[in-house]
Amino acid sequence: MYELLHDLLGDSLLVYVIGAALPLLFVLPFAVVAVLLEMKVSAHMQDRVAYMYTGWHGVLQPVADILKLLQKEDTVPAAADKFLFRLAPFLVFMGGYAGFAALPFSSAYIGSNIDLGVFYILAVSSLAVIGLMMSGWASNNKWSLFGAMRSVAQIISYEIPSALSILVAVMIVGSLNLQEVSKFQEGGIQNWIVFGGPMPLLQKLLLLPFTITAFFILFLAGIAEVNRTPFDLPEAESELVQGYNTEYSGMKFAIFYLAEFANMFLVSGIVVSLYLGGWTSPFGDVMSGPIWSFFWFVAKGMFFVFLQVWIRWTLPRLRVDQLMYTSWKVLTPFLFVCIFAVGLILVL
Amino acid sequence: MTETRTLPTRYVTHPGELKTSSGRSLRTDEMIINMGPQHPSTHGVLRLEVVLDGEIVVDVIPHIGYLHRCFEKHAEHMTNYQQVIPYCDRMDYLSSMNNDWAYALAVERMMKIEVPPRVETIRVIMAELQRIASHLIAVGTYGIDMGAFTPFLWAFRDRERILDLFEMTCGARLLYNYIWIGGLSHDLPPGFVDKAKAFCTYFKPNIKELNDLLSYNEIFVKRTANVGVLPADVGINYGVSGPTLRGSGVNWDLRRDDPYGIYDKFEWEVQVGKGERGTLGDCWDRYIVRVREMEESVKIIEQALAVLPEGNVQAAIPKRIRPDSAEIYVRTETARGELGFYVVSDGTASPYRLKARAPAFVNLSVLPEISRGCMLADLVAIVGSVDIVLGEVDR
Repeated sequence: MYELLHDLLGDSLLVYVIGAALPLLFVLPFAVVAVLLEMKVSAHMQDRVAYMYTGWHGVLQPVADILKLLQKEDTVPAAADKFLFRLAPFLVFMGGYAGFAALPFSSAYIGSNIDLGVFYILAVSSLAVIGLMMSGWASNNKWSLFGAMRSVAQIISYEIPSALSILVAVMIVGSLNLQEVSKFQEGGIQNWIVFGGPMPLLQKLLLLPFTITAFFILFLAGIAEVNRTPFDLPEAESELVQGYNTEYSGMKFAIFYLAEFANMFLVSGIVVSLYLGGWTSPFGDVMSGPIWSFFWFVAKGMFFVFLQVWIRWTLPRLRVDQLMYTSWKVLTPFLFVCIFAVGLILVL
Repeated sequence: MTETRTLPTRYVTHPGELKTSSGRSLRTDEMIINMGPQHPSTHGVLRLEVVLDGEIVVDVIPHIGYLHRCFEKHAEHMTNYQQVIPYCDRMDYLSSMNNDWAYALAVERMMKIEVPPRVETIRVIMAELQRIASHLIAVGTYGIDMGAFTPFLWAFRDRERILDLFEMTCGARLLYNYIWIGGLSHDLPPGFVDKAKAFCTYFKPNIKELNDLLSYNEIFVKRTANVGVLPADVGINYGVSGPTLRGSGVNWDLRRDDPYGIYDKFEWEVQVGKGERGTLGDCWDRYIVRVREMEESVKIIEQALAVLPEGNVQAAIPKRIRPDSAEIYVRTETARGELGFYVVSDGTASPYRLKARAPAFVNLSVLPEISRGCMLADLVAIVGSVDIVLGEVDR
């Protein structure tokens, strides 16, 4: 995309601004839809109906919520470190948002077609940890600090399994560029890496158990990285009041939420691009092309967002030590086995 | 934007010399944190002063009294015995029926009033419906404590049905003033029996649904099994009662062991914890005892509805209730445990002294004992599993 803009507008600052702002066109409407989805799905799981009055079946409620949050007084605790307190939400959002640059939304659109795509997303999205830590520390609130410490420990430990499970897919494809990874899986549902990729039949069957394992672990680790139930310890409301964002209100609070929803889609986007064919159509050449590929990518992504909502409203929360146990003693060893086996199969 | 005044954090003494309210000095790694009185999982205005070493709870000091409303003193200053009942409602506001019954029973035994059989049966039905409602809240909010939101709303959905039954009976949904000395304030409205039966049929599958969603959920079991183990002897020494004690495997239920009402006429079992998923007396045992007690309560209600006799709902009692100079202690089993009323009468129209032995207060006292050395998240689990109602703790 950057190259195209560069050709159109020449070497000006506008190119960078437009290039950087483009994903917002997706992220902001997505956040509104995701808020509604979360509310409606949770309500129907709980025998409720959720919003019904703002618009048809309450579809305008997220907009009303945003308007409300915009009007709210922007309070900063008297004893807070004001500069860090104000900076933190933007850093948190930046971490998730910057990741969108390397997500292949369609066969024709990727923010920046860099060769280190996945690696870049991993690196940039872990920057959000600094923002979380900052918010917890700057709030000058013990509960916030607890939340911040937990989130740092959690995100760093879950970075390992998620990086390793990405590695499994990358080994099969041989490229870190997500556009390449998606192209590699073209040709229908059977070519998706979760089903062994477009390999000869025997190799495919051998790969299958390991790719499926790695796929599930990637999704799990992703949920952990966006701090959602059952891994929502940093903002465990029943333990830590609201965790690192306890002291936040108004638009700063909204930005934390925006970051959370952006991250939800980012995680789904990574899972989809690496294991579920990215923007490729599940029916081979039928319904493919730039527009359709955008549709497929968003549809698959939304499915995983829905899955995250579903899980959130079903499961209780793990405890800190159990969380660490799951990461280091269950997921990571499994992935070592996967990587070893996949490597062996690919070499043989 | 106006700049807010900067208040640097000030310590009364040097931070190295901070002391807990019990007088112990803090070690270097420790930190005092206040859980409550406004905290989502202290189930009311309980304040826990927690000494933490990282995530590990070193010590817990409960501070209570935020909801103290001088119940006992109020009772002494009423113009008659009847007027105490609305105050009893407000003690344990989640099981008001049981509170009213306990107090009414105390005065009735003091005055040797025999209540008609219809009253006895209705009281049992109401008390058990109330027990289900109360356990539903205990179980549902316990889900929230563990991070599962859905069971809470499912529990409230079912509790709503019970409140509807109460509403059609006496007009109130939370504080009923229904069980009076020598009888009831109203007879059952027409159609109540059918609706109550319909509730029983509706509710039974929902318990199974709740079990599938929460009770046997792997994560939930991991969070609650082997956590906050209360050994039976410790529980008895602290005077713990109700489901909290039964969770430790002590087969003790006042409905059976110190019979009142007509519980002895019905077929039901006292549920005790068996340590199925972990150690005997852990949070999961206390939790599952409540779930199983709901099933037992449904059994009792169904039997009571089947035998509900016709008759009067008010015994013949003197117009002015003036017990002779006497004292009595009557205990009943509420949803939280042994609720006892110690009433001293001096022959006047109001009690000379009224002491309530509140189960939640006594159960709470065991909290520091069983929560030392656990994680912060476990502390939430333990507080939830003890199931306190602050209205009753503070009275």
